[in-house]
Amino acid sequence: MLIPHPLLGPRDAQEFTYLGDASLIDRPDWQGEDAAAAFHDYLYQRDNPAGLHRELWFHEQGDRSWLVVTRNTLTHEIMGAELARDVARARGRGK
Amino acid sequence: MGYSGFRVIKEALTGHKGWERAWRDPDPQPAYDIVIVGGGGHGLATAYYLARIFGKSRVAVLEKGWIGGGNVGRNTTIIRSNYLLPGNEPFYEFSLKLWENLEQDFNFNAMVSQRSILNLAHTDAQRDAYRRRGNAMRLHGADSVLLDKEGVRRVAPFLNFDSARFPIKGGLMQPRGGTVRHDAVAWGYARGADRRGVDIIQNCEVTGFRIEGGKCLGVETSRGFIGAGKVGVAVAGSTGRVMAQAGMHRLPIESHVLQAFVSEGLKPLLPGVITYGAGHFYVSQSDKGGLVFGGDIDGYNSYAQRGNLPVVEDVCEGGMSLMPMIGRARLLRMWGGIMDMSMDGSPIIDRTPTEGLYLNAGWCYGGFKATPASGWAFAHLLATDTPHETATAYRLDRFARGYMIDEKGVGAQPNLH
Repeated sequence: MLIPHPLLGPRDAQEFTYLGDASLIDRPDWQGEDAAAAFHDYLYQRDNPAGLHRELWFHEQGDRSWLVVTRNTLTHEIMGAELARDVARARGRGK
Repeated sequence: MGYSGFRVIKEALTGHKGWERAWRDPDPQPAYDIVIVGGGGHGLATAYYLARIFGKSRVAVLEKGWIGGGNVGRNTTIIRSNYLLPGNEPFYEFSLKLWENLEQDFNFNAMVSQRSILNLAHTDAQRDAYRRRGNAMRLHGADSVLLDKEGVRRVAPFLNFDSARFPIKGGLMQPRGGTVRHDAVAWGYARGADRRGVDIIQNCEVTGFRIEGGKCLGVETSRGFIGAGKVGVAVAGSTGRVMAQAGMHRLPIESHVLQAFVSEGLKPLLPGVITYGAGHFYVSQSDKGGLVFGGDIDGYNSYAQRGNLPVVEDVCEGGMSLMPMIGRARLLRMWGGIMDMSMDGSPIIDRTPTEGLYLNAGWCYGGFKATPASGWAFAHLLATDTPHETATAYRLDRFARGYMIDEKGVGAQPNLH
């Protein structure tokens, strides 16, 4: 698989390590009322879709950036990649 | 019609005209007591034990394609019970005991061959860990033998003992481990269940669940609605897709692809199953002579039933590191299966929040060896509404309660198990 890195162009997926569903960016509030339930959902539960999946890949043997890759789990076709930093900021994360 | 040596001779003398088909091809009835979704090893075993042990005959197994076309026909056929944790070892030892008597039980030649499994140790720490594991196995009635380097050399002299990076220091052997003809497991259970009145309905895809007032009343299928007192889902890598139809969109499971490989046929070479302790590589030799081997999952979510070349390279490097002599053997076939990787590497056999809906899932890439016990335990749960005594730890809510069964000790990361 080739991952279209937004800064470096197409890179072999072998240069990356895989973490999982991009919803892992949305870490729950540890001081919230429902923190225990929210962290259970965050840590253990997955949507696991058959089809388009937004997922986190780490460019470990490259520029060490985290990417959000959109990939079809039925065909392995990769639709696009964004910097996870940009995705997190767009969702309101400050740092 | 029972199978026996006498029967084979009689048919040989009479032109093989007396063989009947091994199971019927019935149309679905309007309703059953119990409907099993998924005609793989676990689903068929469940139906078999429901009929054989728990006296249930109004049972149907619904299979989207053909029975045995999924993971039960795609694995590396290894059976063993070399687990460590109390939640696991009694279950897998129960399974191994069922394997030992399986062919007599369901009257089908599954070629159960207890040719041993040997896990190699390459460091002192690994040897200590194997000693602990071997003792844990013995405490639960399983067999284990700790071998030193010379002991391993007597069993498998062809291994790369003096590798500078990963020398072989010894190994943990389970003599009762081995291999089984995996397709015959599906066929044997199917025939055994069919003969006891279970309807095995192929080419029947479940497209939805009829749930009213929190109770599951049956399943919508490509062949119409089928009512059911209870529905048991045993669909391995398709768990996420099927359970989403029942409103359970989030589960502690990711689907990943695992590849397996067969080399061209070679003369008898490997005495049993051998696993590499420094890389991830496990290998046995089929009765046809091919080396059957595998390694890690590819590591990313997938429903594609095929993997990518970097993992092929990685697995073959593991093999070359362990036994360089196989370097000139050519790869004959390779394929992928979809694994329901759970968050702690251990399975789930439990009720769901929906009354009448039961789940058997999360087998990661260790489901084949568990087939008999999984079927028995799931049948026990479906028939009595209580978990089997060896499967009490396999609860769906164990992650919320903090009772993970983390056999590998790597935490909540499904692509590591």
